[in-house]
Amino acid sequence: MTRHFSAFGVFREGLRGHKGWAPMWRSPAPKLKYDVVIVGGGGHGLATAYYLAKNHGMSRIAVVEKGWLGGGNTGRNTTVIRSNYFYPESTALYDLSVRLYEGLSRDINYNVMFSQRGMMVLSHSESEMEIAARTVNAMKLNGADAELLDARDVQKKAPILNYRDDARYPIHGAIWQGRGGTGRHDAVAWGYARAADRLGVDIIQNCEVTGFLIEGGTCKGVETTQGVIRAGRVGVATAGHSSVLAQMGGYKLPLHSYALQAFVTEAIKPVMDTVAFSPMTGSYFSQSDKGGLVIGGGLDRIPSYAQRGNTPEQENVLSGIIDMAPALAKVKLLRHWAGIVDVSPDSSPLIGPSGTDGIFVNCGWGTGGFKAIPAGGYLFAHLLANGAHHEISRPFDLNRFGTGALIDEAAGSGIAH
Amino acid sequence: MQQFPCPFCGLRDEREFHFSGEAGNIRPDTTQPVSDADWRDYLYTHENPKGVSREIWVHTTCQEYFMMERDTVTMAVIGTQQMRRDTA
Repeated sequence: MTRHFSAFGVFREGLRGHKGWAPMWRSPAPKLKYDVVIVGGGGHGLATAYYLAKNHGMSRIAVVEKGWLGGGNTGRNTTVIRSNYFYPESTALYDLSVRLYEGLSRDINYNVMFSQRGMMVLSHSESEMEIAARTVNAMKLNGADAELLDARDVQKKAPILNYRDDARYPIHGAIWQGRGGTGRHDAVAWGYARAADRLGVDIIQNCEVTGFLIEGGTCKGVETTQGVIRAGRVGVATAGHSSVLAQMGGYKLPLHSYALQAFVTEAIKPVMDTVAFSPMTGSYFSQSDKGGLVIGGGLDRIPSYAQRGNTPEQENVLSGIIDMAPALAKVKLLRHWAGIVDVSPDSSPLIGPSGTDGIFVNCGWGTGGFKAIPAGGYLFAHLLANGAHHEISRPFDLNRFGTGALIDEAAGSGIAH
Repeated sequence: MQQFPCPFCGLRDEREFHFSGEAGNIRPDTTQPVSDADWRDYLYTHENPKGVSREIWVHTTCQEYFMMERDTVTMAVIGTQQMRRDTA
Protein backbone atom coordinates (compact mmCIF):
# COMPACT_ATOMS: atom_id res chain seq x y z
CA MET A 1 0.00 0.00 0.00
CA THR A 2 1.42 3.36 -0.98
CA ARG A 3 1.47 6.22 1.45
CA HIS A 4 -0.42 9.48 1.21
CA PHE A 5 1.79 12.00 -0.59
CA SER A 6 2.44 15.30 1.14
CA ALA A 7 5.03 18.06 1.37
CA PHE A 8 5.92 16.74 4.81
CA GLY A 9 6.48 13.27 3.30
CA VAL A 10 8.91 14.67 0.74
CA PHE A 11 10.77 16.50 3.51
CA ARG A 12 10.93 13.41 5.71
CA GLU A 13 12.16 11.22 2.84
CA GLY A 14 14.74 13.88 2.03
CA LEU A 15 16.17 13.43 5.52
CA ARG A 16 16.02 9.63 5.29
CA GLY A 17 17.78 9.31 1.94
CA HIS A 18 14.57 8.61 -0.01
CA LYS A 19 14.53 4.97 1.15
CA GLY A 20 10.88 4.96 2.21
CA TRP A 21 9.15 5.25 -1.15
CA ALA A 22 7.12 2.23 -2.20
CA PRO A 23 5.96 1.26 -5.72
CA MET A 24 2.96 3.39 -6.67
CA TRP A 25 0.81 0.46 -7.77
CA ARG A 26 0.81 -3.31 -7.57
CA SER A 27 1.48 -5.61 -10.53
CA PRO A 28 -1.05 -8.37 -9.89
CA ALA A 29 -1.65 -11.45 -12.01
CA PRO A 30 -5.07 -11.28 -13.65
CA LYS A 31 -7.94 -12.92 -11.80
CA LEU A 32 -10.33 -15.19 -13.67
CA LYS A 33 -13.26 -12.78 -13.55
CA TYR A 34 -14.03 -9.09 -12.97
CA ASP A 35 -17.18 -6.99 -13.06
CA VAL A 36 -15.55 -4.63 -15.53
CA VAL A 37 -12.45 -5.10 -17.68
CA ILE A 38 -11.06 -1.97 -19.31
CA VAL A 39 -8.86 -2.43 -22.35
CA GLY A 40 -6.16 0.22 -22.60
CA GLY A 41 -4.03 1.60 -19.79
CA GLY A 42 -3.80 5.15 -21.04
CA GLY A 43 -5.30 8.17 -19.36
CA HIS A 44 -8.89 7.42 -20.35
CA GLY A 45 -8.72 3.75 -19.30
CA LEU A 46 -7.09 4.50 -15.95
CA ALA A 47 -9.42 7.41 -15.21
CA THR A 48 -12.40 5.19 -16.03
CA ALA A 49 -11.18 2.57 -13.55
CA TYR A 50 -10.65 5.22 -10.88
CA TYR A 51 -14.12 6.75 -11.25
CA LEU A 52 -15.76 3.30 -11.40
CA ALA A 53 -14.24 2.55 -8.03
CA LYS A 54 -14.69 6.00 -6.52
CA ASN A 55 -18.08 7.16 -7.84
CA HIS A 56 -19.83 3.85 -8.42
CA GLY A 57 -18.45 1.77 -5.56
CA MET A 58 -17.23 -1.02 -7.78
CA SER A 59 -14.15 -2.96 -6.74
CA ARG A 60 -13.75 -5.90 -9.11
CA ILE A 61 -12.17 -3.90 -11.92
CA ALA A 62 -9.16 -4.62 -14.12
CA VAL A 63 -7.28 -2.46 -16.61
CA VAL A 64 -5.34 -4.48 -19.18
CA GLU A 65 -2.59 -2.72 -21.11
CA LYS A 66 -0.49 -4.26 -23.88
CA GLY A 67 2.59 -2.16 -23.06
CA TRP A 68 3.23 0.17 -20.17
CA LEU A 69 0.93 2.74 -18.59
CA GLY A 70 0.58 5.95 -20.54
CA GLY A 71 2.94 4.67 -23.27
CA GLY A 72 0.57 5.59 -26.08
CA ASN A 73 -0.99 8.95 -26.74
CA THR A 74 -1.15 9.90 -23.06
CA GLY A 75 2.63 10.18 -23.08
CA ARG A 76 2.88 11.63 -26.59
CA ASN A 77 0.66 14.70 -26.57
CA THR A 78 1.48 18.38 -26.09
CA THR A 79 -0.35 18.53 -22.71
CA VAL A 80 -2.76 21.34 -23.58
CA ILE A 81 -5.98 21.51 -21.54
CA ARG A 82 -8.85 23.76 -22.72
CA SER A 83 -12.58 23.86 -23.46
CA ASN A 84 -12.77 26.47 -26.25
CA TYR A 85 -15.38 24.73 -28.37
CA PHE A 86 -18.43 25.95 -30.24
CA TYR A 87 -21.35 23.61 -29.61
CA PRO A 88 -23.10 23.34 -26.22
CA GLU A 89 -22.61 19.55 -26.16
CA SER A 90 -18.86 19.98 -26.58
CA THR A 91 -18.52 22.68 -23.95
CA ALA A 92 -20.49 20.56 -21.47
CA LEU A 93 -18.05 17.72 -22.10
CA TYR A 94 -14.72 19.55 -22.25
CA ASP A 95 -15.55 22.03 -19.49
CA LEU A 96 -16.43 19.13 -17.21
CA SER A 97 -12.90 17.96 -17.96
CA VAL A 98 -11.32 21.33 -17.16
CA ARG A 99 -13.28 21.47 -13.89
CA LEU A 100 -12.16 17.95 -12.95
CA TYR A 101 -8.56 18.87 -13.84
CA GLU A 102 -8.84 21.91 -11.55
CA GLY A 103 -9.41 19.65 -8.57
CA LEU A 104 -7.51 16.61 -9.78
CA SER A 105 -4.18 16.92 -7.94
CA ARG A 106 -6.04 17.07 -4.62
CA ASP A 107 -8.59 14.43 -5.60
CA ILE A 108 -6.03 11.77 -6.54
CA ASN A 109 -3.31 13.02 -4.17
CA TYR A 110 -0.85 13.35 -7.06
CA ASN A 111 0.50 16.55 -8.54
CA VAL A 112 -0.57 16.65 -12.19
CA MET A 113 0.93 20.15 -12.46
CA PHE A 114 -2.14 21.66 -14.11
CA SER A 115 -0.94 25.16 -14.89
CA GLN A 116 -3.80 27.47 -15.91
CA ARG A 117 -1.59 29.75 -17.93
CA GLY A 118 -4.28 30.41 -20.51
CA MET A 119 -4.64 29.53 -24.14
CA MET A 120 -5.00 31.93 -27.09
CA VAL A 121 -6.32 31.19 -30.57
CA LEU A 122 -4.96 33.92 -32.82
CA SER A 123 -6.96 35.89 -35.39
CA HIS A 124 -5.12 37.17 -38.43
CA SER A 125 -7.68 39.36 -40.20
CA GLU A 126 -10.73 41.53 -39.54
CA SER A 127 -13.07 38.78 -40.71
CA GLU A 128 -11.36 36.26 -38.45
CA MET A 129 -11.93 38.69 -35.58
CA GLU A 130 -15.67 38.54 -36.31
CA ILE A 131 -15.62 34.76 -36.17
CA ALA A 132 -13.54 34.97 -32.99
CA ALA A 133 -16.18 37.22 -31.41
CA ARG A 134 -18.82 34.67 -32.35
CA THR A 135 -16.78 31.87 -30.75
CA VAL A 136 -16.22 33.91 -27.59
CA ASN A 137 -19.95 34.58 -27.34
CA ALA A 138 -20.77 30.92 -27.91
CA MET A 139 -18.31 29.83 -25.25
CA LYS A 140 -19.72 32.29 -22.73
CA LEU A 141 -23.32 31.27 -23.49
CA ASN A 142 -22.31 27.65 -23.01
CA GLY A 143 -20.74 28.38 -19.64
CA ALA A 144 -17.01 28.39 -20.41
CA ASP A 145 -14.77 31.39 -19.73
CA ALA A 146 -13.70 33.34 -22.81
CA GLU A 147 -12.44 36.78 -23.69
CA LEU A 148 -11.78 38.53 -26.97
CA LEU A 149 -8.30 40.05 -27.01
CA ASP A 150 -7.14 42.82 -29.32
CA ALA A 151 -3.63 42.92 -30.73
CA ARG A 152 -2.33 44.98 -27.81
CA ASP A 153 -3.66 42.45 -25.25
CA VAL A 154 -2.09 39.61 -27.21
CA GLN A 155 1.25 41.42 -27.30
CA LYS A 156 1.16 41.88 -23.52
CA LYS A 157 0.53 38.20 -22.93
CA ALA A 158 2.87 36.82 -25.61
CA PRO A 159 5.52 39.36 -26.69
CA ILE A 160 7.52 36.68 -28.55
CA LEU A 161 4.94 36.52 -31.37
CA ASN A 162 5.30 38.30 -34.70
CA TYR A 163 3.89 41.86 -34.55
CA ARG A 164 5.75 43.28 -37.55
CA ASP A 165 3.69 45.21 -40.08
CA ASP A 166 4.96 42.98 -42.88
CA ALA A 167 4.06 39.69 -41.14
CA ARG A 168 2.56 37.12 -43.49
CA TYR A 169 -0.19 36.52 -40.92
CA PRO A 170 -0.56 39.75 -38.93
CA ILE A 171 -2.07 39.39 -35.44
CA HIS A 172 -5.38 41.22 -35.06
CA GLY A 173 -6.38 39.64 -31.77
CA ALA A 174 -7.20 36.30 -30.18
CA ILE A 175 -9.77 34.14 -28.42
CA TRP A 176 -8.51 33.83 -24.87
CA GLN A 177 -9.42 31.14 -22.39
CA GLY A 178 -7.72 31.94 -19.11
CA ARG A 179 -8.65 28.66 -17.40
CA GLY A 180 -6.91 26.68 -20.12
CA GLY A 181 -3.28 25.69 -19.84
CA THR A 182 -1.01 22.69 -19.67
CA GLY A 183 -0.57 19.68 -17.40
CA ARG A 184 2.00 17.00 -16.79
CA HIS A 185 0.80 14.19 -19.03
CA ASP A 186 2.70 11.27 -17.45
CA ALA A 187 1.55 12.40 -14.01
CA VAL A 188 -2.07 12.17 -15.14
CA ALA A 189 -1.61 8.51 -16.11
CA TRP A 190 0.49 7.64 -13.06
CA GLY A 191 -1.72 9.58 -10.67
CA TYR A 192 -4.91 7.90 -11.86
CA ALA A 193 -3.16 4.51 -11.83
CA ARG A 194 -2.01 4.97 -8.24
CA ALA A 195 -5.39 6.26 -7.10
CA ALA A 196 -7.23 3.42 -8.84
CA ASP A 197 -4.84 0.84 -7.42
CA ARG A 198 -5.46 2.17 -3.89
CA LEU A 199 -9.17 1.55 -4.46
CA GLY A 200 -8.48 -2.07 -5.41
CA VAL A 201 -8.31 -1.88 -9.20
CA ASP A 202 -5.99 -4.48 -10.76
CA ILE A 203 -3.71 -2.86 -13.32
CA ILE A 204 -2.24 -5.52 -15.58
CA GLN A 205 0.55 -4.34 -17.86
CA ASN A 206 2.22 -6.27 -20.69
CA CYS A 207 -1.10 -7.97 -21.29
CA GLU A 208 -2.35 -7.59 -24.85
CA VAL A 209 -5.94 -8.33 -25.75
CA THR A 210 -5.96 -10.80 -28.64
CA GLY A 211 -9.70 -11.33 -28.91
CA PHE A 212 -13.07 -11.03 -27.22
CA LEU A 213 -14.87 -13.92 -25.57
CA ILE A 214 -18.26 -13.86 -27.30
CA GLU A 215 -20.96 -16.25 -26.03
CA GLY A 216 -24.43 -16.18 -27.58
CA GLY A 217 -23.69 -12.86 -29.24
CA THR A 218 -22.69 -11.20 -25.96
CA CYS A 219 -19.18 -10.35 -24.88
CA LYS A 220 -18.26 -12.23 -21.71
CA GLY A 221 -14.63 -11.23 -21.41
CA VAL A 222 -11.34 -10.86 -23.22
CA GLU A 223 -8.67 -13.24 -24.46
CA THR A 224 -5.24 -11.93 -23.63
CA THR A 225 -1.60 -12.91 -23.79
CA GLN A 226 -1.99 -13.74 -20.06
CA GLY A 227 -5.04 -15.95 -20.59
CA VAL A 228 -8.79 -15.49 -20.66
CA ILE A 229 -10.28 -12.86 -18.33
CA ARG A 230 -14.05 -13.00 -17.92
CA ALA A 231 -15.96 -9.78 -17.40
CA GLY A 232 -19.47 -8.50 -16.79
CA ARG A 233 -18.81 -5.57 -19.09
CA VAL A 234 -15.82 -4.65 -21.24
CA GLY A 235 -14.81 -1.05 -21.86
CA VAL A 236 -12.45 -0.34 -24.73
CA ALA A 237 -10.37 2.85 -24.54
CA THR A 238 -7.62 2.21 -27.06
CA ALA A 239 -7.49 5.48 -29.05
CA GLY A 240 -5.66 4.98 -32.36
CA HIS A 241 -6.07 1.20 -32.20
CA SER A 242 -9.83 1.24 -31.64
CA SER A 243 -10.54 -0.10 -35.13
CA VAL A 244 -8.24 -3.08 -34.47
CA LEU A 245 -10.27 -3.97 -31.37
CA ALA A 246 -13.50 -3.33 -33.30
CA GLN A 247 -12.53 -5.96 -35.84
CA MET A 248 -11.89 -8.48 -33.03
CA GLY A 249 -15.20 -7.60 -31.36
CA GLY A 250 -17.36 -7.69 -34.48
CA TYR A 251 -18.44 -4.03 -34.42
CA LYS A 252 -17.66 -1.17 -36.75
CA LEU A 253 -16.47 2.35 -36.05
CA PRO A 254 -16.43 5.54 -38.12
CA LEU A 255 -12.72 6.15 -37.58
CA HIS A 256 -9.52 6.68 -39.49
CA SER A 257 -6.17 6.44 -37.73
CA TYR A 258 -3.54 9.06 -38.48
CA ALA A 259 -0.13 9.99 -37.13
CA LEU A 260 -0.05 13.22 -35.14
CA GLN A 261 3.39 14.67 -34.59
CA ALA A 262 4.81 16.71 -31.75
CA PHE A 263 8.15 18.38 -31.16
CA VAL A 264 10.13 19.70 -28.24
CA THR A 265 13.10 22.02 -28.50
CA GLU A 266 16.21 22.43 -26.39
CA ALA A 267 15.58 24.32 -23.15
CA ILE A 268 15.75 28.08 -23.47
CA LYS A 269 15.04 30.96 -21.09
CA PRO A 270 11.36 31.74 -20.48
CA VAL A 271 9.89 33.37 -23.59
CA MET A 272 6.32 32.11 -23.57
CA ASP A 273 3.95 32.27 -20.61
CA THR A 274 0.88 30.88 -22.32
CA VAL A 275 -0.26 28.60 -25.15
CA ALA A 276 -0.68 30.16 -28.60
CA PHE A 277 -2.39 28.52 -31.55
CA SER A 278 -2.62 29.96 -35.04
CA PRO A 279 -5.40 28.35 -37.07
CA MET A 280 -3.89 29.95 -40.15
CA THR A 281 -0.55 28.14 -39.89
CA GLY A 282 -2.06 25.17 -38.03
CA SER A 283 0.74 25.31 -35.45
CA TYR A 284 0.76 25.96 -31.73
CA PHE A 285 3.32 26.04 -28.95
CA SER A 286 3.87 26.54 -25.26
CA GLN A 287 6.95 26.41 -23.05
CA SER A 288 7.45 23.65 -20.51
CA ASP A 289 8.69 24.23 -16.98
CA LYS A 290 12.05 22.82 -18.08
CA GLY A 291 12.29 25.49 -20.79
CA GLY A 292 11.67 23.41 -23.90
CA LEU A 293 9.17 24.72 -26.40
CA VAL A 294 6.43 22.14 -26.89
CA ILE A 295 5.18 22.31 -30.46
CA GLY A 296 2.22 20.71 -32.18
CA GLY A 297 0.21 21.04 -35.34
CA GLY A 298 -2.03 19.20 -37.75
CA LEU A 299 -2.38 15.57 -38.72
CA ASP A 300 -0.28 13.79 -41.28
CA ARG A 301 -2.40 13.37 -44.38
CA ILE A 302 -1.93 9.62 -44.81
CA PRO A 303 -3.85 7.05 -42.71
CA SER A 304 -1.21 5.35 -40.59
CA TYR A 305 -0.46 3.10 -37.63
CA ALA A 306 3.29 3.75 -37.88
CA GLN A 307 3.76 5.92 -34.73
CA ARG A 308 6.20 8.08 -36.64
CA GLY A 309 5.61 11.21 -38.65
CA ASN A 310 6.42 12.18 -42.19
CA THR A 311 8.39 15.16 -43.40
CA PRO A 312 5.80 17.33 -45.21
CA GLU A 313 3.82 17.85 -42.02
CA GLN A 314 7.00 18.49 -40.02
CA GLU A 315 7.81 21.25 -42.44
CA ASN A 316 4.27 22.67 -42.19
CA VAL A 317 4.26 22.74 -38.42
CA LEU A 318 7.75 24.12 -37.94
CA SER A 319 7.45 26.75 -40.65
CA GLY A 320 4.18 27.78 -38.98
CA ILE A 321 5.99 28.26 -35.68
CA ILE A 322 8.66 30.38 -37.37
CA ASP A 323 5.92 32.44 -38.94
CA MET A 324 4.27 32.96 -35.55
CA ALA A 325 7.54 33.74 -33.75
CA PRO A 326 10.46 34.38 -36.13
CA ALA A 327 12.81 34.83 -33.16
CA LEU A 328 12.57 31.07 -32.56
CA ALA A 329 13.94 30.14 -36.00
CA LYS A 330 17.34 29.09 -34.69
CA VAL A 331 16.16 27.14 -31.67
CA LYS A 332 17.13 23.49 -32.11
CA LEU A 333 14.74 20.58 -31.83
CA LEU A 334 15.52 18.12 -29.07
CA ARG A 335 12.99 15.41 -29.79
CA HIS A 336 10.25 14.66 -32.24
CA TRP A 337 7.70 11.88 -32.22
CA ALA A 338 4.21 10.81 -33.32
CA GLY A 339 1.20 9.10 -31.83
CA ILE A 340 -1.66 7.37 -33.63
CA VAL A 341 -4.94 9.18 -33.20
CA ASP A 342 -8.42 8.00 -34.15
CA VAL A 343 -10.26 10.71 -36.04
CA SER A 344 -14.05 10.68 -36.32
CA PRO A 345 -16.05 12.28 -39.15
CA ASP A 346 -17.26 15.21 -36.99
CA SER A 347 -14.09 15.59 -34.90
CA SER A 348 -16.04 14.66 -31.78
CA PRO A 349 -15.49 11.60 -29.60
CA LEU A 350 -17.47 8.36 -29.55
CA ILE A 351 -18.75 7.20 -26.18
CA GLY A 352 -21.35 4.47 -25.96
CA PRO A 353 -22.32 0.86 -26.63
CA SER A 354 -20.17 -0.54 -29.41
CA GLY A 355 -22.85 -2.50 -31.25
CA THR A 356 -21.72 -5.83 -29.76
CA ASP A 357 -23.52 -6.59 -26.47
CA GLY A 358 -21.26 -6.21 -23.47
CA ILE A 359 -18.63 -4.05 -25.19
CA PHE A 360 -18.58 -0.28 -24.70
CA VAL A 361 -16.23 2.14 -26.42
CA ASN A 362 -14.57 5.41 -25.51
CA CYS A 363 -12.65 6.57 -28.57
CA GLY A 364 -12.56 9.01 -31.46
CA TRP A 365 -10.93 11.78 -29.43
CA GLY A 366 -8.66 12.41 -32.38
CA THR A 367 -5.95 14.93 -31.61
CA GLY A 368 -7.60 16.14 -28.39
CA GLY A 369 -7.77 13.19 -26.02
CA PHE A 370 -5.44 14.39 -23.27
CA LYS A 371 -7.50 17.40 -22.26
CA ALA A 372 -10.55 15.15 -21.99
CA ILE A 373 -9.09 12.41 -19.81
CA PRO A 374 -10.96 13.23 -16.57
CA ALA A 375 -14.30 13.74 -18.34
CA GLY A 376 -13.80 10.72 -20.60
CA GLY A 377 -13.10 8.56 -17.57
CA TYR A 378 -15.92 10.07 -15.51
CA LEU A 379 -18.54 9.57 -18.23
CA PHE A 380 -17.28 6.19 -19.40
CA ALA A 381 -17.36 4.95 -15.80
CA HIS A 382 -20.99 6.11 -15.55
CA LEU A 383 -21.80 4.23 -18.75
CA LEU A 384 -20.02 1.04 -17.66
CA ALA A 385 -21.55 1.08 -14.18
CA ASN A 386 -25.14 1.78 -15.27
CA GLY A 387 -25.24 0.49 -18.81
CA ALA A 388 -26.77 3.86 -19.70
CA HIS A 389 -25.45 7.25 -20.68
CA HIS A 390 -24.72 10.22 -18.44
CA GLU A 391 -26.57 13.27 -19.83
CA ILE A 392 -23.28 14.79 -20.98
CA SER A 393 -22.11 11.74 -22.93
CA ARG A 394 -25.45 10.92 -24.58
CA PRO A 395 -24.97 13.25 -27.60
CA PHE A 396 -21.65 11.51 -28.29
CA ASP A 397 -23.24 8.09 -28.78
CA LEU A 398 -22.38 6.25 -31.99
CA ASN A 399 -26.02 6.46 -33.07
CA ARG A 400 -25.46 10.06 -34.19
CA PHE A 401 -24.01 8.78 -37.45
CA GLY A 402 -27.32 7.12 -38.25
CA THR A 403 -29.56 9.96 -37.06
CA GLY A 404 -27.37 12.66 -38.56
CA ALA A 405 -27.08 14.62 -35.30
CA LEU A 406 -23.36 15.21 -35.74
CA ILE A 407 -21.41 17.56 -33.46
CA ASP A 408 -19.15 19.00 -36.11
CA GLU A 409 -16.45 20.84 -34.18
CA ALA A 410 -14.09 20.93 -37.18
CA ALA A 411 -16.63 23.24 -38.81
CA GLY A 412 -17.92 24.84 -35.58
CA SER A 413 -14.81 25.89 -33.73
CA GLY A 414 -12.33 25.49 -36.56
CA ILE A 415 -10.16 23.32 -34.38
CA ALA A 416 -8.91 20.38 -36.35
CA HIS A 417 -9.50 17.13 -34.55
CA MET B 1 9.63 12.45 -47.95
CA GLN B 2 7.81 9.40 -49.23
CA GLN B 3 7.11 8.88 -52.90
CA PHE B 4 3.97 7.18 -54.20
CA PRO B 5 3.70 5.59 -57.62
CA CYS B 6 1.00 7.09 -59.80
CA PRO B 7 0.07 4.45 -62.40
CA PHE B 8 0.24 7.19 -65.04
CA CYS B 9 3.05 9.51 -63.92
CA GLY B 10 5.36 7.18 -62.01
CA LEU B 11 6.99 7.96 -58.66
CA ARG B 12 5.98 11.34 -57.33
CA ASP B 13 6.21 13.31 -54.07
CA GLU B 14 3.59 12.25 -51.48
CA ARG B 15 2.34 15.84 -51.26
CA GLU B 16 0.85 15.46 -54.75
CA PHE B 17 -1.50 12.70 -53.57
CA HIS B 18 -4.75 12.74 -51.66
CA PHE B 19 -6.35 9.82 -49.82
CA SER B 20 -9.92 9.49 -51.10
CA GLY B 21 -11.25 6.53 -49.16
CA GLU B 22 -11.17 2.80 -48.66
CA ALA B 23 -11.65 0.56 -51.67
CA GLY B 24 -14.90 -1.39 -51.94
CA ASN B 25 -17.14 1.22 -50.29
CA ILE B 26 -20.01 1.18 -52.75
CA ARG B 27 -22.62 3.95 -52.77
CA PRO B 28 -26.13 2.64 -51.94
CA ASP B 29 -28.47 2.18 -54.91
CA THR B 30 -30.66 5.27 -54.68
CA THR B 31 -33.23 3.95 -57.12
CA GLN B 32 -34.39 1.90 -54.08
CA PRO B 33 -35.16 3.21 -50.58
CA VAL B 34 -31.93 3.43 -48.53
CA SER B 35 -32.00 2.93 -44.77
CA ASP B 36 -30.26 5.26 -42.31
CA ALA B 37 -27.97 2.38 -41.36
CA ASP B 38 -26.92 1.87 -44.99
CA TRP B 39 -26.18 5.58 -45.40
CA ARG B 40 -24.23 5.51 -42.14
CA ASP B 41 -22.15 2.56 -43.31
CA TYR B 42 -21.45 4.16 -46.67
CA LEU B 43 -20.72 7.67 -45.40
CA TYR B 44 -18.99 7.11 -42.09
CA THR B 45 -18.00 3.53 -41.28
CA HIS B 46 -14.45 2.52 -42.07
CA GLU B 47 -12.43 -0.67 -41.82
CA ASN B 48 -9.35 1.39 -40.93
CA PRO B 49 -7.11 -1.72 -41.13
CA LYS B 50 -3.78 -2.04 -39.35
CA GLY B 51 -1.52 -3.64 -41.95
CA VAL B 52 -2.48 -4.19 -45.57
CA SER B 53 -5.05 -1.66 -46.80
CA ARG B 54 -6.66 -1.23 -50.22
CA GLU B 55 -7.48 2.40 -50.85
CA ILE B 56 -8.56 4.87 -53.51
CA TRP B 57 -6.13 7.75 -54.00
CA VAL B 58 -6.07 10.67 -56.36
CA HIS B 59 -2.92 12.09 -57.90
CA THR B 60 -3.92 15.74 -57.66
CA THR B 61 -1.55 16.95 -60.36
CA CYS B 62 -2.93 14.65 -63.08
CA GLN B 63 -6.38 14.22 -61.43
CA GLU B 64 -6.38 10.49 -61.97
CA TYR B 65 -8.02 8.29 -59.36
CA PHE B 66 -6.38 4.91 -58.79
CA MET B 67 -6.27 1.97 -56.39
CA MET B 68 -3.29 1.70 -54.04
CA GLU B 69 -2.50 -1.22 -51.80
CA ARG B 70 -0.16 -0.32 -48.95
CA ASP B 71 0.85 -1.32 -45.45
CA THR B 72 -0.39 1.14 -42.83
CA VAL B 73 2.30 0.07 -40.33
CA THR B 74 5.44 0.00 -42.48
CA MET B 75 4.01 2.59 -44.93
CA ALA B 76 5.35 0.42 -47.79
CA VAL B 77 3.42 0.59 -51.06
CA ILE B 78 2.52 -2.93 -52.20
CA GLY B 79 1.08 -1.99 -55.56
CA THR B 80 -1.13 0.35 -57.55
CA GLN B 81 -3.76 -0.31 -60.14
CA GLN B 82 -5.50 2.02 -62.52
CA MET B 83 -9.28 2.23 -62.36
CA ARG B 84 -10.08 3.11 -65.96
CA ARG B 85 -11.98 0.28 -67.58
CA ASP B 86 -11.17 1.29 -71.13
CA THR B 87 -7.44 1.01 -70.62
CA ALA B 88 -7.43 -1.97 -68.27
